[in-house]
Amino acid sequence: MLEIKNLHVNVDGREILKGLDLTLPAGEVHAIMGPNGSGKSTLAYVLAGKQDYEVTAGSVTWKGEDLLAMAPSERAAAGVFLAFQYPMEIPGVATMTFLRTAVNAVRKARGEPELSTPDFLRLVREKAKLLKIDPEMLKRPLNVGFSGGEKKRNEILQMALLEPALCVLDETDSGLDIDAVRIVAEGVNALRSPDRAMLVITHYQRLLDYIVPDRVHVLSDGRVARSGGAELALELEESGYAEFGEATRGEAKSGAAA
Amino acid sequence: MPAVQETVARVREIDVDKYKYGFTTDIESVRAPKGLNEETVRFISAKKGEPDWLLDWRLEAYRRWITMQEPTWANVVHPKIDFQDLYYYSAPKSTEGPKSLADVDPELLETYAKLGIPLAEQKLLAGVKESRVAVDAVFDSVSVVTTFKEELAKAGVIFCSVSEAVKTHPELVRKYLGSVVPITDNFYATLNSAVFSDGSFVYVPPGVRCPMELSTYFRINAENTGQFERTLIIADKGAYVSYLEGCTAPMRDENQLHAAVVELVALDDAEIKYSTVQNWYPGDKHGKGGIYNFVTKRGDCRGARAKISWTQVETGSAITWKYPSCILRGDGSRGEFYSIAISNGYQQVDSGTKMIHLGKDTSSRIISKGIAAGHSNNTYRGLVSAHRRASNARNFTNCDSLLIGDKCGAHTVPYIEAKNASATFEHEATTSKISDDQLFYCLSRGLSAEEAVALIVNGFVRDVLQHLPMEFMAETQKLIGISLEGSVG
Repeated sequence: MLEIKNLHVNVDGREILKGLDLTLPAGEVHAIMGPNGSGKSTLAYVLAGKQDYEVTAGSVTWKGEDLLAMAPSERAAAGVFLAFQYPMEIPGVATMTFLRTAVNAVRKARGEPELSTPDFLRLVREKAKLLKIDPEMLKRPLNVGFSGGEKKRNEILQMALLEPALCVLDETDSGLDIDAVRIVAEGVNALRSPDRAMLVITHYQRLLDYIVPDRVHVLSDGRVARSGGAELALELEESGYAEFGEATRGEAKSGAAA
Repeated sequence: MPAVQETVARVREIDVDKYKYGFTTDIESVRAPKGLNEETVRFISAKKGEPDWLLDWRLEAYRRWITMQEPTWANVVHPKIDFQDLYYYSAPKSTEGPKSLADVDPELLETYAKLGIPLAEQKLLAGVKESRVAVDAVFDSVSVVTTFKEELAKAGVIFCSVSEAVKTHPELVRKYLGSVVPITDNFYATLNSAVFSDGSFVYVPPGVRCPMELSTYFRINAENTGQFERTLIIADKGAYVSYLEGCTAPMRDENQLHAAVVELVALDDAEIKYSTVQNWYPGDKHGKGGIYNFVTKRGDCRGARAKISWTQVETGSAITWKYPSCILRGDGSRGEFYSIAISNGYQQVDSGTKMIHLGKDTSSRIISKGIAAGHSNNTYRGLVSAHRRASNARNFTNCDSLLIGDKCGAHTVPYIEAKNASATFEHEATTSKISDDQLFYCLSRGLSAEEAVALIVNGFVRDVLQHLPMEFMAETQKLIGISLEGSVG
């Protein structure tokens, strides 16, 4: 479903991803772990199409198509979704308005009719309930004054509404207490399905207690250093990232090697 | 749908449907010769069959005007206007007294059809009962038809063209015309006083709440014709009226001058709410063409506890020079100004308000949202002043600017004068940019760049949007998106 080959990415002229390979079949959940600076978030942004992330080599194929050639909104229409580590605030725009605009934009791009107001409200209520989101929250401006937990639940709500085929979760557990992690994880698990692939990026094993991955990949210095089953995450919990170079030493010189 | 609602709905569709009406209509215009002199003024006055006092008033303004200089303090740049190269009067020929539909020039009806205004009288009559909006359609300079006058008349409300009011209610016109914006006021207002063509006249008698929103759609047509609208609205003691003004103009290569004057008078306990959506041709993408809009709008809270509220959405015109103001003369009176000014392309906006606190316990509120994109320049210019006897004057001002891209400019020029120590004036101002991260967040949710900007900007202007009458809100939200097309990506 998602095939990443020899991906090299520069940010501000610095090479962050240095030949990353990854295959994510439909129906599977893969975890991406690794020390700070190993390129986890860069991978998430590149998949979503953020500008200033310059792909210098390699390819990303999504359902047989060149993902890198698509604009961000086209990727959304093609079923790619990124749950942001730091969701943006948009003052004055009610969360509900934003959700509706997004849902209808994606439906339009997919050639589906827009949802009527009652249908949309019903859908949002149903999905929000699952994530224990207070309907009052949806009336507030998007992410403005939201707690960390509210922001992350709102991300998962958007994911549920947009029904993506590829879900990329960028450190969705960061800054959450254990109850919030559980709620978010339940929301994510509810979306697991045979035709949906998920990439769960996390620094800590904790989240993977709740979202049990099919595969775990450890990123180090811009590449996949090691892959394994769910047990690899537990192993890392014990040993830490020491063997994967906790800091990002030696990055500057390896740029030339690419 | 009742005919008039249909009219309004269709005109709105056109309003927000980009600038695609570059059509002009070949109606044989009755024009004054090009240029401006005393003869032109006499021609206009004679054409309209005005009484001597009004001709004298115009001539006094003209004589004053020739001694005046164009103001240069605004933050706008344009080639010098040759005032002798303009036509000052142009009326569709057939409007010299159309008593029924059959008397109206068929071409004129066609123009309205293009605009989606069904003029058929029977339809208007059919729509009277359910409809809430009366449209005083202004074609070029002369009001061609005024709807719903009869129903309004039942409530005692007078809603007609100024020319008509001069004939039917001369005492009111004579008493109030120029009483808020005197003929000596400023270069453009004085010019308007000399040559004003027509506009709306509203009088709401004591204690009457006007039963519907009053609405005028302006349309500039004949080539090279300056448009000099004159609007006069009077709310007598305890009266209430809400007036909507919306505009379109055909596409044109030459700059068109527009110098309107709007005067509002609110007596004791009266309230006037004046809302504008202005979407005149802003010029092409190179900044060529477009309307020059030099407008003087002022409201006088002449009575105690009177209230005047201006709400404006300015998206069009090449140049906007406009400061809807309130004179808070009556004790306890209140003035409000809510503004959204959007500039894109090479548009230049210099707009704001003046709140002149003269009476005791007067209060005012200013919320201004300026959005600059493209190569445009957007200036807020405002004055808040409290005179010596204006004890306990209060003002709250909030000016926010939003920049889209890095070739536009936003400026805030507030003047604050307090001559009374008990005045409380607050001023807040912010300038921000739409961040790339905000845009990317929206894009990653499937929104196009333009949808994303429209959404973010609509959020930015929300405080002002909610002061618009319901009829205008949805259309304005769309208009904002359209005005900013091409501002990103």
